[in-house]
Order: sequence, then C-alpha cells, then structure tokens
Amino acid sequence: MIAVEDVHKSYGKLQILRGCSATVRQGEVVVICGPSGSGKSTLIKCVNGLVPFERGTITVNGVSVSDPKTDLPALRSRIGMVFQSFELYPHMTALENVSLAQIHVLKRSRAEADERSEKILMRVGLGSKMTSRPSQLSGGQQQRVGIARALAMDPAAMLFDEPTSALDPEMINEVLEVMQELALEGMTMMVVTHEMGFAQRVADRVLFMDGGEILEDTPKAQFFTAPATERAKQFLTKVLTH
Amino acid sequence: MNDFDWGVIARSWSFLAEGMALSALLVLVATVGGLVLGFGLALMRLSTHRFIAAPAAAYVTVMRSLPLVLVLFWFYFLIPLAIGRPIGSLMSALIAFVMFEAAFYCEIIRAGIANVRKGQAEAGLATGLRRGQVMRHIVMPQALRAMMPLVLNQIVIVFQDTSLVYVVALHDFLTTASIVASRDGRPTEMYTLVAVVYLIICLSATKAVEFYRKGRTT
Repeated sequence: MIAVEDVHKSYGKLQILRGCSATVRQGEVVVICGPSGSGKSTLIKCVNGLVPFERGTITVNGVSVSDPKTDLPALRSRIGMVFQSFELYPHMTALENVSLAQIHVLKRSRAEADERSEKILMRVGLGSKMTSRPSQLSGGQQQRVGIARALAMDPAAMLFDEPTSALDPEMINEVLEVMQELALEGMTMMVVTHEMGFAQRVADRVLFMDGGEILEDTPKAQFFTAPATERAKQFLTKVLTH
Repeated sequence: MNDFDWGVIARSWSFLAEGMALSALLVLVATVGGLVLGFGLALMRLSTHRFIAAPAAAYVTVMRSLPLVLVLFWFYFLIPLAIGRPIGSLMSALIAFVMFEAAFYCEIIRAGIANVRKGQAEAGLATGLRRGQVMRHIVMPQALRAMMPLVLNQIVIVFQDTSLVYVVALHDFLTTASIVASRDGRPTEMYTLVAVVYLIICLSATKAVEFYRKGRTT
C-alpha cells in the first residue's frame, strides 16, 4: 500500500535520508524507531509529500507522491497524519478542528461534518470537550483531537510522528490506547515513536533508523529478541532500561 | 493671556470640520488601500520564487527609506508627467498615501503570517486542504489576531501624517486650524484644540488595542 524506494533527502549539504526503502502492506502496523536526528520524522513526512525529496520514489496505493502530475491534496486527504506538537488550530473549537477539512476537502455540509466529528470525538473519549478550544485541553486531550481530525477524513492509512513525545507521562497511555484500538481494527499505520511497549504490543514490523538509513526492517519479535545490528542493540538497551 | 476666546472654535467650526473630513478620508483610503496592496506585497515577499519576492522587497525598502513628504511631492509632480494630464492634489495625495502605507502594512502582514508556526500549515495540508484554503482558514485568522495592535498603531501614525498634505496645498485638520489661528490671531486656542483632538484619537486607539488584547487572552 505504501512503497518507499531509495529515497534521498538533504537540506543544503546536510544529508538526512540516504537511500531509504520500505513497504507497508494493507492493515500493517510499522513502528519506526531510532535515535533522534536519524531521519524518522523526515521519512514519514515524505510519505504524504509534506517534505519534498531529491531522489527515489514513494507510492501510496500505486500513486507517486513526487510526480508533479499527482493531485497531492487529494492523496493527502486519504492519509491521516498526527503530529508531535498536535498542531490543532488554536482559533477553533475541538469540533471545528475536526470538521474543517471534511467541509472544505470532502465537501460535506457543516451539519453532516459536525455529526461525524461528534461521533469520532466521542469515540476518542472527548464527548464532553467538543466546544473547548485547544488551549483549554490537556496535552493528551489535544492529541486525541488530533487523531480524531485525521480519522474524520476516513483515511486509508495513518502516519504518526512521535505522537506522545510532547506529552506528560501520565497522559501517554490515553493516546496510546486510542492508537492501539485503531491498530486492532486493522488500520494501516506508520508510527514514529520511542514507546517500545506500544511497539511490542501492536507492531507487525519494526524499522530501525540511524544516520538517515534504515538499518533493520524486521518482524517485531525478532527485533526485540535478536536485533541484527550492533547499533540497534545499543539503542534497545538504552530505551528499554530507561 | 487671561482673555482666551474659545468662541473662535465654534465660529470656525464648519471650516475645521472640512479639514477633519479630509484627514478622515486620507486615513480611510490609506488604511484600506494600504492593507489590500500590502497584503499582495506580503504574499509576494513570502514567495519562494526570487523573481516574485525580490521586486516586492525592493519596493518596500525604497518606500520605507523615503520621507512621506518626498513621496507626496513625487506623486504630485510625476504622475501628471507620466500620464500627460493633471490629476489634482487630492488624487495624487491619496495615491501617495496608499503606496506609502502599503510598504508598512506589507511588513506588518508578513510578520503576522511568518509568526504562525509552520506546523499549522503542515497540519492543514496533511488533511488535504489546498494552499489557498490553508491560508484562508488556518494561517490568516491567526495572523490577523497577532497583527491587529500593529495595524491600529499604524492607523494612528497615518492620522498624524495626514498633516503633511499641506505641501500639495490640501487642507487637513491641522492645516485648517493653523489657518484659523493666524487669521483670527488665536494660536493658543486653536493649537490646544488640535492637541486635544489628536490626544483623544490616539488614546481611543490605544484603548482599543488594550481591549482587543484582553479579549484575546481570556
């Protein structure tokens, strides 16, 4: 469903991605981990064309992301994205945040969009917070609105860019639970995260990145018990003991 | 000094009102025109294409480095030369004000837009919104809030600057008051009136900014 092939990306002279290749099949949950600065976030932002890349190809359902003829907005509307810093629209209520793209991209009427938004907000446990502004919500609640905003578009796949990194520890679980539920329902997911517990519970495969390369692409069981590279071993001892 | 004649204000009221009307017209046109043109310039300056961004940047730099009096003179003498017929003091002053203010509004608007976090636009794009929609529904509403106080401040400055139109023989509020002052020999009364009026307008604008800021934080 998502195929990444030999993607290179640099900012000026700084090379961020050096030939990354990976595939994500329908219904698969792939966790991407690795030390900071390894290119995880850049890679995931390449998938929906938020970050342009110089070399290689990425296709989503057979449509190339980098082809100038591709209707990128249409492609993006089918891929949900959740950000590390939530990026809720501060001038709108939770409900309006979730409805905006439904109205302007899917051309649903406001009533129709709001009805759908209410259902999804209820589902992520925010039925009582619909009219709250982001500034009135806790980090965990904000991120759940962020997930609801992506889900409201009925995406074929979801991208998560360190969804819990900016959260206080006691709020991490409420977000992970929502993600776990999604995974169990068969959502195709690419998740950049340091939450190894989450990876152990729901991931099908783990990609380990370092220095702009994908060093490991292995089934989860193998990654946690017998990582192939020394760097992955070191990384695991660091994140698991902490 | 103890025989002030405040009646001079009442007697010259209609003349002063004409001056005030001209000042108000200049402020209105300069603000609306300046904001519209400034918005266009700001979008140009934010473009990633050099050929679009560079001319706008050059325009802003030139306009901001010239004194307004010079710009007023310039349009007064140059436009008739360029189009081959006179357009009158008022029209040339209105054009000069709009062109001059646009440079300042461009910078205010540009800063407002640049202050909105990049992630906000990314979030909008990621849901499939097009660039124009992201600008309209996500970036501009936030930018407008941030730049409101600066815009109000700029309006006060424009109001004070309208007094410069005397150089192209127009009578704004200060100029009319000045004419009455020398005609009737009542400078103290007239200039006190002018000061009080400017003070009231400036204070109300400041209050509006404060009121606006309060509204935002709650």
